[in-house]
Amino acid sequence: MTTIDLPERAGESASADGGALAKSKRARKLSGGSRVAPFLFLLPFMVLFAIFFLLPIAYAIYQSLFHTEVSGLGLGPNSTVTKFVGLGNFSSVLSDHSFFSGLGRVILFGIVQVPIMLALATVLALLLDSASTRFKRFFRLSFFLPYGVPGVIAAILWSFLYLPGLSPIVSILRSAGFGTINFLGIHSVLWSIANIITWEYTGYNMLIIYAGLQAIPQSLFEAARIDGASEIKVALKIKLPLIFSSIVLTAVFSIIGTLQLFSEPQVLRAVTTNISSSFTPNLLAYTKAFVENDPNVAAAVAVILALGTFILSFGFLKLVQRRAFSEVEL
Amino acid sequence: MTMTDLERPSKKRGATGAERLTSRTSIISMAFLFVMATYFLVPVYWLVISSTKGPTTLYGSQGFWFSNFQFFSNLSGLFGYSNGIFVRWILNTVLYAGVGATVATLIASLAGYALSKYNFVGKEAIFSIILGGVLVPGTALALPLYLLMSKVHLTDTYWSVLLPAFVSPFGVFLSRVYAGASIPDELIDAGRIDGAGEFKIFRSIGLKIMSPALVTIFLFQFVAIWNNFFLPLVMLSNQNLYPVTLGLYSWDNQYGQAPQLIAYVVIGALISVIPLIIAFLSLQRFWQTGLTSGSVKA
Repeated sequence: MTTIDLPERAGESASADGGALAKSKRARKLSGGSRVAPFLFLLPFMVLFAIFFLLPIAYAIYQSLFHTEVSGLGLGPNSTVTKFVGLGNFSSVLSDHSFFSGLGRVILFGIVQVPIMLALATVLALLLDSASTRFKRFFRLSFFLPYGVPGVIAAILWSFLYLPGLSPIVSILRSAGFGTINFLGIHSVLWSIANIITWEYTGYNMLIIYAGLQAIPQSLFEAARIDGASEIKVALKIKLPLIFSSIVLTAVFSIIGTLQLFSEPQVLRAVTTNISSSFTPNLLAYTKAFVENDPNVAAAVAVILALGTFILSFGFLKLVQRRAFSEVEL
Repeated sequence: MTMTDLERPSKKRGATGAERLTSRTSIISMAFLFVMATYFLVPVYWLVISSTKGPTTLYGSQGFWFSNFQFFSNLSGLFGYSNGIFVRWILNTVLYAGVGATVATLIASLAGYALSKYNFVGKEAIFSIILGGVLVPGTALALPLYLLMSKVHLTDTYWSVLLPAFVSPFGVFLSRVYAGASIPDELIDAGRIDGAGEFKIFRSIGLKIMSPALVTIFLFQFVAIWNNFFLPLVMLSNQNLYPVTLGLYSWDNQYGQAPQLIAYVVIGALISVIPLIIAFLSLQRFWQTGLTSGSVKA
C-alpha cells in the first residue's frame, strides 16, 4: 500500500534536479487538455461544499454576533428585535458556568478515554499482526463488528445493559458479591459513556493501525527475527515506530469525536437524570437552540467548539509530526 | 495458512529458553484476545437473545439465555406497529445513506480527479480548503445548517438530510491521492490523441481505474450518513421522514408510556444492524485500502 504514494514522491524529488523536464511535460499536458475541464469537474463539489460547509460556518459566525430579543408578549410581527451585539454572545457563553463544566467534562473524558482506547487498539493490532497468533480472522471480525452498529443504537443497547432490572451484567455482579453497581450514577455515568465509545471505536482504530502494519515490508523484521529478536522486541522496536503516523491519525479523529460528544449522552438521558442538558458543549448548543430558543447563543457555542476542535486537532497533528520526523531521522 | 499455523507449535517443542518464553507470552496474548473478543461480542449476543423475549420476560428472566421464545411475534409486532412505520424508516435510511453516498462518491471522485490530473491556478489553495473541511466537526455544521434551511423552508423535508450528505471532503482527498498514484498521464494523453473529450476520458479511464477507491469512499460516506444522528434530529419532526436510528431513538424515549415498545426497540435494533454488519464485514478489504492510503498521507 505504501506504493500508492511512491509515484508522487518520486516526482517531487525529481523536480529538484530534473524540474525543467517535468515542467515542460506538464505544460504539454495542460495545452493538450481543455482549460475549462478541471473547473467543470470541480464545480459540482465546490458548489455543494460552499453551500453546506462554508456557508453554514459563515452563517454561524454571523448569527453569533446578533441577538434577538422578544419584547412584550412576543406576539405580532414587530415583537422581536434583532440587534448587533458584537462579541456579546461569546462573552455570555464564556462566562457561563455550565459551558465550562461541560467542556471540562469532555476534556477529562478525552484525556482518559482516548489513550486507553488507542493503547488497546494498538496492542490488538500488534497481536493480530504477530506471527504466533491464531484465529486472526475471527478476532479481526469480532473486534470490528461494533463499528457496524450505529452510535445511537450502540448507546441504546448499552443503556439496557446499564439498567438495573434489565441488565444481566448488573445482576451477575450483584450475585458475585459486588453489590448493586450503579452504572448511571452522577459520577459513574461519564465512564459508562466512555465504555460505549471504547466499545464502538476500538476495532475501527485497530483496523487503521493494522492497515499501517500490513504496509510494512516483511523483510524489515525478518532480519531481526533471524538475529533472534523476540516477537515483543520486534513489535516495540520496529513495528511501533513505523505505525506512528497511523496512531496519530486515529488520535486526531478521536479528539474531534470527543469534543463533539452528543448522541451517547443524549440517548442515556432516557434512562438517567444524572445527565444535565449542558452535559457536553454540544448538548448545551442543542439545548440553547431548541429548548431555550436562543439560536444566537447556540451559534456562538458552535463557533467556539468548531474553532477549538480545529485548533486542537491541527495543533496535535503539527506537534506529533515534528516528533515523528525527528524519530525517522534517528 | 492453517498448515503453517499447525506446524508452528511443533517447531517450538525443542525450543531454547527464549523461545519457550515466547510461547508463554503467546498463551497470555491469546487469552487477552479472547477476553477482548468477549467484550466486543457480548452486547451483540445479548441483543440477539433479547430479541426473542417479550417486554415482561425482558425484565424477569436471565439476560444471557432464552426464555419464553417469541421472536416471531415480536417481528410481526415490530413491522405492524403504527401502520408499519418501521419499514418506512428502513427505506428512508436506505434512501439517505444509499443515494447520499452514491452521489457524494461521484462528485468527490470528479473533484479529486481534477485536482490530481490537471494543473491550474489556485489548485493547492482549493485542496487546502477542502482538507480543512475534513477537520470541521459535522455537528458544528448541523445547527447553522438548520437555521439556513429554515430560511428557505427546507427543514423537515427529505432534502434537508439528503443534500448535506452529498458533500464528502474526505472522498475528494482519497480520490486525489488514489488518482495521482494509479492513473498514468500517458493513458490520458492517449485518450486525447484518440479524440476523446475530457469527460469521456474521466468516465472510461478515470472511473474504471479508481473503482477500488470509489468503493471505499462510498463505504465511508454510507456509514457516516447512517451514523449521523444530530443532523436528522435537528432537521426532522415528521416521523415519516425519520431514518431508522432516529425512529428507534424516539421509541426508546416513549417506552415508559407504551411498554411493548421496549421489545420493538430491541428487535428493531437487531434488524437494522444485521444488513449493515454483513455488508461491512464482507467489504472489509475496501476499508483497509482507504485507511492505508489515508494514513500513509497523514
